[in-house]
Amino acid sequence: MEYIPNILFAIILVLGVGYFTRNVKKLIRNIKLGRNVDASDNKSQRWKNVIMIALGQSKMVKRPIAGIMHVIVYIGFVIINIEVFEIIIDGLLGTHRIGLKLLPESIYGFLIGAFEVLAVLVLLAVVVFWLRRNVVKLKRFLSSEMKGWPKNDGNIILYFEVVLMCLFLLMNATDTSFQELGSGNIISQFIAPWFEGMSEFSLHLIERSAWWLHIVGILVFLNYLYFSKHLHILLAFPNTYFGSVEVKGKFNNLEAVTNEVKLMMDPNADPFAAPAEGEGDEMPAKFGASDVMDLNQIQLLNAYTCTECGRCTSACPANLTGKKLSPRKIMMDTRDRLEEVGKNIDANSGEFKDDGKQLLGDYISNEELWACTTCNACVEECPVSINPLSIILEMRRYLVMEQSDAPMELNNMMTNIENNGAPWPYNQMDRLNWKDE
Amino acid sequence: MSDQLEVPTMAEFMAAGKEPEILYWVGSAGSYDDRAKKITKAFVRILNRANVDFAVLGSEESNTGDVAKRAGNEFLFQMQAMMNIEVLNGYGIKRIVTCDPHSFNCIKNEYPGLGGNFDVVHHTQYIKELISEGRLNLEGNTYKGKRITFHDPCYLGRANNEYDAPRDVLRKTNANLIEMKRHKATALCCGAGGAQMFKEPEKGNMDINILRTQDALETKPDIIATGCPYCNTMMTDGVKFNEKEDKISVMDIAELIANT
Repeated sequence: MEYIPNILFAIILVLGVGYFTRNVKKLIRNIKLGRNVDASDNKSQRWKNVIMIALGQSKMVKRPIAGIMHVIVYIGFVIINIEVFEIIIDGLLGTHRIGLKLLPESIYGFLIGAFEVLAVLVLLAVVVFWLRRNVVKLKRFLSSEMKGWPKNDGNIILYFEVVLMCLFLLMNATDTSFQELGSGNIISQFIAPWFEGMSEFSLHLIERSAWWLHIVGILVFLNYLYFSKHLHILLAFPNTYFGSVEVKGKFNNLEAVTNEVKLMMDPNADPFAAPAEGEGDEMPAKFGASDVMDLNQIQLLNAYTCTECGRCTSACPANLTGKKLSPRKIMMDTRDRLEEVGKNIDANSGEFKDDGKQLLGDYISNEELWACTTCNACVEECPVSINPLSIILEMRRYLVMEQSDAPMELNNMMTNIENNGAPWPYNQMDRLNWKDE
Repeated sequence: MSDQLEVPTMAEFMAAGKEPEILYWVGSAGSYDDRAKKITKAFVRILNRANVDFAVLGSEESNTGDVAKRAGNEFLFQMQAMMNIEVLNGYGIKRIVTCDPHSFNCIKNEYPGLGGNFDVVHHTQYIKELISEGRLNLEGNTYKGKRITFHDPCYLGRANNEYDAPRDVLRKTNANLIEMKRHKATALCCGAGGAQMFKEPEKGNMDINILRTQDALETKPDIIATGCPYCNTMMTDGVKFNEKEDKISVMDIAELIANT
C-alpha cells in the first residue's frame, strides 16, 4: 500500500510524457510533408543565431515593455523548471525534498529562494500580459484573425502560468518542515501566516494537494502546447537554427525553372530529344505552392513556431493601411491547414486523401497575396526568425506560373518586359534617349 | 536642355579596346521614367565631375527581372537575368553601380546563382566612396541648416543592411539630418515594392505612400531625401496629396549631391 503514490506518480508521468512524445512525432511527420530544403551550410552562424535570438532573446527586447516582461517569464520558466527535477525524483522515490539531502542547506535555500522570487516576477509579468491583451486592447491583439480560439488560447496560457506559480508558492508555504528550515522561503514565509492555526493534518493535506496539482499541471501544460500557439517555447530553438542566414533581400532562384530556361536559351538544345534514361520518370515539378505540401520543411516549421504575437502584422505596411493581408494570418493559416492535412492522414491510416481543399483559396486569398510589398518588415520583426514573405512569394509563383492568375496590370507589365525589356511599353532601342533629352 | 553629359557605352569602350572602372546600370525606371531620368542625369553629372571612367549598356541593357520575380514570375526573371548576365559577362564586367536598390539587390544577390558574379554597389555607397577617396569635393553650403529626412528604401536597408552610406553622404552636405520615427530597420515601405508600383493597391483605408509621407511630414522637413526611383515617385505623390509640394521637395541623394 505504501507504494501506491509512487506507482500513481510513475503512471501519470509516463502518460504525460508519452502522450506528448506521440504528438511531437506527429508534428515531425507533418513537417516532413514539406519539400526538402538544404540547411547544412553556415553551421557556426546558425548556432550563433540560436544563442543570440532564441536563447538570448535579442529580438524580443526591440520592443522593451513586452520584451522585458517576456524575458522574465522565459527565465522564470527555464529556472523554476529545475524544481521539476526534484519533484520527479521525490515522486518516484517517495522522498520529500531530496535536494536537501543532496545539496548543502545554504545552496538549496538559495535555489528555492531564487525560484520563489522568480515565481512572483512571473506572476507580475503575466498580469501585465493579461492586461495588455484584455484591458489595454493593443491593436495587434485585436485583428480579425485573433477572434475566438486564438484569443482564448492566449489567455488560457496566462491562466496556466498563474495557477502553476501560485501552486508552487502555496506548496512551499504549507510545507512546515521547509518553513521551519527558514532558508529559501523568501516569499512563502509571508504566505505561511495565512494558514496559522490550521492543524498539522490540514496543512499537510494542502501541501500535498498543491504538490500533486503542480506536477500534474505541468504535465497538462506540456501536452497543451501541441494544441496551442505556445509551441514556440520549444520550436524557437530549431526555428532560429534553420532560419535564413542570407541577407533578407535575396529570394531563392527556383532550380526547376533554371533548368528549363537554360534549355530554352541553349542554341544547341534539341527540343524533340527523347529524355535520357531515368530522366522524365519524375513528376514534372509544380511551380510555387498552392498547399502546405508544396512549401518547404522550414516554412512548415515556421508555421508551428509562430506564437501569434503579431509583431509582423503590426509592422506590415499593407496591414497598417487597412488591407486584408496579415503576415501573422499567413502563418496561422499554414499551421491550421497543415494540422488539417495531418488529421486527414491519421483518419485515413497514413495516406492523405484529397479533401478538395488547399491552402490557397480555402485559407489564404489572392487579395491577401497581392497586397504584399515584399518589404521584409515582417521578417525583420519576427523575434524567432519566421519568414511569412517566403510563403507569400511561393504562392504568388503558383498563381502566376501555374494559373496565369495575376492582376491584369501585372500581366501587362510582364508582357512589356518580355517584349521590350522594360515594365512599360517603350522600345528597348530608346533606353539611352535620356542622355540627349 | 542638354547638360552636355558624357555617357559612353560599353560597346564604345569595347571598340576602343578599353575597360571602364565601373558599369553604370541605369535600370528601367532610370531609363524611361521622366522623374527617374532626372536622377540618372544627376548621377552622371556626379560621375563626370569626379572623372569616373564609367560606361552604360545603353540599348543592350534590359530589365533585371526583379519585379517579375517579386510578382511570382520566376520564368521571366530567370530569362531576363540570364540574358543580362550573358551581356555583362561578355563585356567582362566586374563592378556595377546603380541608383535603383531593386536592381542593386537583384544583381548582387540573385544573379550569382545564375552565373553572374559582380561587385555591385548602390549609388549612395559609390558617392560615399568617391568623397572619401577625395575624388568628389562638395562645395558650397547649399543645404546648410536645411532639414532633411531620409526615407530608407526597403531593398537597400532591410534587404541589404545598408543604412549608413546614404546618411553619411547626407551629413557631408552640412544639412540638418532628422530621422523619422520609423527609420532604418523599422522604416515603413513607400508602397511601391513587390510589383505594387505597377498595379492598383488592394482595398484598404489608405494608400501606403500617404502613411509613409505622414511619417516624413512629422519631421517638418524642407527636403525628403530618397535613394530609389520608386520611393521617389511614391513620396512625391504623397507630398502632392498633402498639398505641400511648394514647401517640401522630394529629391534623390544623387540630385542633392549634384547640386552642391
